Amino acid sequence: MRGISKSFHGIPANQDISFSIESGEILGLLGENGAGKTTLMNILYGLYQPDAGEIRINDAPVRIHNPLESIALGIGMVHQHFMLIQNHSVLENIALSHKDTPFFFPTVKIREKLENFSASFDFNIDLTKKIWQLSAGEQQRVEIIKALLNGADLLILDEPTSVLTPQEIKELISILKEMKAKGHMVIFISHKLDEIMDICDRVLVLQKGKIAGSALTRDTDKISLARMMVGRDVVFNIQREKIDRGNQILSVEHLNVMGDKGLPVLKDISFEVFENEIFGVAGVSGNGQRELAEAVTGIRKAESGKIRINDRDITNTSPRHIYDQGVSHVPEERIRFGIAPGLFLYDNAILKQHHLKKFSKRYFLKYKDVKDHAKNLMDDFNVSAHSIHSQIRNLSGGNIQKLILGREISEKPQLLVASHPTYGLDVGATEFMRNHLLELRKTGSAVLLFSEDLEEIFELCDRIAVIFDGEFMAILDSGDRRLNDIGLMMAGSKRI
Amino acid sequence: MIQFSVTDRYDISAGRSFMTNLLSLVAGLFMIGLVFLFLGVNPFYALFKIFSGSFGSFYGFKETLTKAIPLILIGSGLTLAFRAKFWNIGAEGQLLMGAIFASWTSLFLGDHLPSYIMVPLMFLAGFTGGALWGIIPAILKIRFSINEVISTLMLNYICADFLTMLIVGPWKGSTRFGFPGTDNFPDSAILGLIPGSRIHYATFILSILCAVILCIVIYKTRFGYEARVVGENPDAGRYAGIDFLKTTLILMIISGGLAGLAGVGEVAGIHHYLGYPAAVSSGYGFTAIIVAWLAKLNPLLTLVSGIFFAGILVGGDAVQISLGLPAATVGIVNGILLICLIMGDYFLKNKITLTIAKP
Repeated sequence: MRGISKSFHGIPANQDISFSIESGEILGLLGENGAGKTTLMNILYGLYQPDAGEIRINDAPVRIHNPLESIALGIGMVHQHFMLIQNHSVLENIALSHKDTPFFFPTVKIREKLENFSASFDFNIDLTKKIWQLSAGEQQRVEIIKALLNGADLLILDEPTSVLTPQEIKELISILKEMKAKGHMVIFISHKLDEIMDICDRVLVLQKGKIAGSALTRDTDKISLARMMVGRDVVFNIQREKIDRGNQILSVEHLNVMGDKGLPVLKDISFEVFENEIFGVAGVSGNGQRELAEAVTGIRKAESGKIRINDRDITNTSPRHIYDQGVSHVPEERIRFGIAPGLFLYDNAILKQHHLKKFSKRYFLKYKDVKDHAKNLMDDFNVSAHSIHSQIRNLSGGNIQKLILGREISEKPQLLVASHPTYGLDVGATEFMRNHLLELRKTGSAVLLFSEDLEEIFELCDRIAVIFDGEFMAILDSGDRRLNDIGLMMAGSKRI
Repeated sequence: MIQFSVTDRYDISAGRSFMTNLLSLVAGLFMIGLVFLFLGVNPFYALFKIFSGSFGSFYGFKETLTKAIPLILIGSGLTLAFRAKFWNIGAEGQLLMGAIFASWTSLFLGDHLPSYIMVPLMFLAGFTGGALWGIIPAILKIRFSINEVISTLMLNYICADFLTMLIVGPWKGSTRFGFPGTDNFPDSAILGLIPGSRIHYATFILSILCAVILCIVIYKTRFGYEARVVGENPDAGRYAGIDFLKTTLILMIISGGLAGLAGVGEVAGIHHYLGYPAAVSSGYGFTAIIVAWLAKLNPLLTLVSGIFFAGILVGGDAVQISLGLPAATVGIVNGILLICLIMGDYFLKNKITLTIAKP
C-alpha cells in the first residue's frame, strides 16, 4: 500500500500510509484505539475506498471496490466481531461464503473440499455443529477456514485475541505459525505488546492516523514500541490546585464481572475513591472499563465482590437505587444508553431524574419545571439546539454529549462515573468539560474517570489506575515517576 | 442514470406532517379507485357512495358514530402500546375476551342484580378480560423473549375459537332453536341507547373520556414518560432505572382492557347476546391499528381518525348494498389506506433527492 489517505467528515483517519508485506511474513499493526488500524485494513479489504494512494499486489496496481474483489485477489479478513450465522452449522456457514459453492446441495461438495483441507491444517471442529454451540476460539477458526478456503494468501486478523481464552490464544498462534510456514501472509492487528513481540516478524506502529515507526521485532523491544504507540514521553502537567482528599465515597473490593460473551472481564478489582478526588482509569478501551462503569452504576451484574457507596453496600442493587445514593453516570455509549432519540430535548434533560421530587408530583411530571431545567442546562452547558422542543436525534453528537454531561453534573453527585467525557468534543468544549470536572472535585464530589486520552488523565487525575485485560496493572499517584512506563502497563507488559 | 439518495430529514414541521398525511390519503384513495375500476364500477361514484353513505345523511352519521365507539376505545389504547413499541396486534382477541367476560356476568348474575350494579360490573369484567388477554403476550415477551407480534396475533385465533366453543357448547341458549349463541342478556345488562340511534351512550362517553385521559397519561405523567423512553430506547430505559416489566404490564393492561370495554359495548349495547366472533366484532381490533396510526399515536386524534374509519366501514356497507360489491371490498380499502399512510411516514422522515447523472 502506498500513500494511503482516508478521512471521514473531514477528520483524517489515515494519512499518507505506505507499507508492504511479503510472503511468509507476519506483520503486526500496533496502535491505540482510533489510531486508524481498522480503517487501513478495511481499505485493503475493499470496504472503504481510499481518498488517495494505491494498492499494489505483486507489483501490479489494483483497485478494490468491494470485499468480493479482495477475496478474488487472495485477501481474507477475520473481523473482531465474527460474521457467522448463529443458527447454521459450520459446514453451511463455510458453504455460504465460498465462491465455488454449487446452487444445489451446496454442502456436499464443500465437505469433500474441507476434509482435504483439514488434513493439511490442524483444525479439528465438528462440521455439523451449529455456530452458537462453538466457543469464541472455534468460531474464529471457522472464520479462518472460510478465508483460507477462498484461497486467501493474505489474512487480516483484527484484534483476534480479544475474545479468546489463554489456551485458545496458544492454539491460534500455532495455526498462524503453520500458515506462515506454508507461505501465507498475515496482518495481525493488536494493541497488546507481548503478543506482537511473540507472533510477528515485523511491526508497524500507527499513531493518530500516521505511521509512527516500524521495526523488525528481533531488533526492537517493548519499551521503544510502547513509546512509539503513546507518541511521546509522558509530560507531567500539574495545574490543578492542591486539595486534600476527604472521606471515602466509593469502595470496590475484589470485584469480578462477566462480559457480554460470558467470559470474565474484570478480575478481582479493588480500589477506593475519595471526596475531592478524581480517580482516573487509563487503558486501551475494551480492557474492562465499560464493564467496571456499568457494574458500579448497577447496569451490569457483579459475579462476586462488594461495591460500597458511603459504606453502604450497593452491590447488584437497581440502577435507580444507586442513582439515589448520589451516583451519576456519563455512559461510554452515549447514543445507546444516554438518550431517547425521538423524544424532545426537555424529555431527555431529565432522563434518570424524572422520579425525583423536583420534577414529579405523585403520578404527574411537572413539565414546567422540567422545561425550565432544560433551558438552564442549554445555557449553562452551551448546548446549541433550535429549542428545548427539538427532537434530540436532530442534535449533533457533541451537543448530545454536552446535554448528558450537564444533566449528570448539575445534580451535584457524590460520585460521578464519567466514561470518555470529552471524546469527540472540540478543543473548546473539551476544556470547558474538564473545568467542570475540576469544579466538581473542588466542591467535594468524587469522580471516577475513564479515558483513553492520556493527556486528559494526567491533567485531571489525582490518582491513576492502569487497566489491562480486566486487571489493574498499577494504582499510582499522578506525580509518580513510574508513570513514565504507562505505555508498557497499558499493553500489559509491566505490573507494579 | 437516475440516482436516488435518501437522507434523514431533521426539521419536520406540523404543516409538512399534515400535508404528507393528506397526500398519502389521496394516494390511497387513488389506488382504491383503481380497484373499483377493476371491479367495473365508476371509482368517483363508488367513493362518493362511501362518504355519502356514512357522512351524508343523519342516519348514516349515527351509524358511523356507533361504529366509531369501539375504534376509538381500542385505537386510543393502542397508541399507548405502540408508543412503547409494543406491537399489540391482538386487540381483536382482547375485545372478544372482554365480550366473553361481560357475557358471563350478565348471563349468570344479571337476573339477580339491578341495572345500576350490573352495568358497571360488566364493564369491570370486560376490562379484566381484555387486560388478562393482553398481559399474556407481555409476560411472554419479557420473560421468554417471544415476539409480541406473533403471540398477540395467534391469541386472537385462540380467543375466537374459545368463544365459538362456548356458544356451540356450554353457553348455547335454550331460546336459539339449536343455533349457536347465548340467550339474550337480561334487561338489567343492556346498555341504554341514545333515542333513535344504535349509539350506546355509556360506551360513547367512555370512549371520549378514554381518549382524553390517555392523552394526559402519555404526555403528562411519569408512567407515560417511562413508556415513551422504553419505546424510544430500551437501553436508555435500563440506564434510567425504569422497570421494564412493570411498565410493559401496565400498558398492556390498559391497552387490552380498553379493547375489552369495546367488547362489552358490542355485546351489551348492540347484539344483546354473544354470537359468532365475526358477528361480535367486524374486525374492529384490526381496523383500530390503522386508526391509531393515522392519529400519529396521539390518543386525542383517534377521535377524528376513529370516526373517519368508522365512516369507511359504514360506507362499505352502503357500497355493498347499492353497487353489489363484495363485503371484502372494505377490507381492501382499509389495507390500502394503511399501507399508504405507513409509506407516507417514510417520506416524512427521509428526504429523497433524485439526480439524473450522465453516465
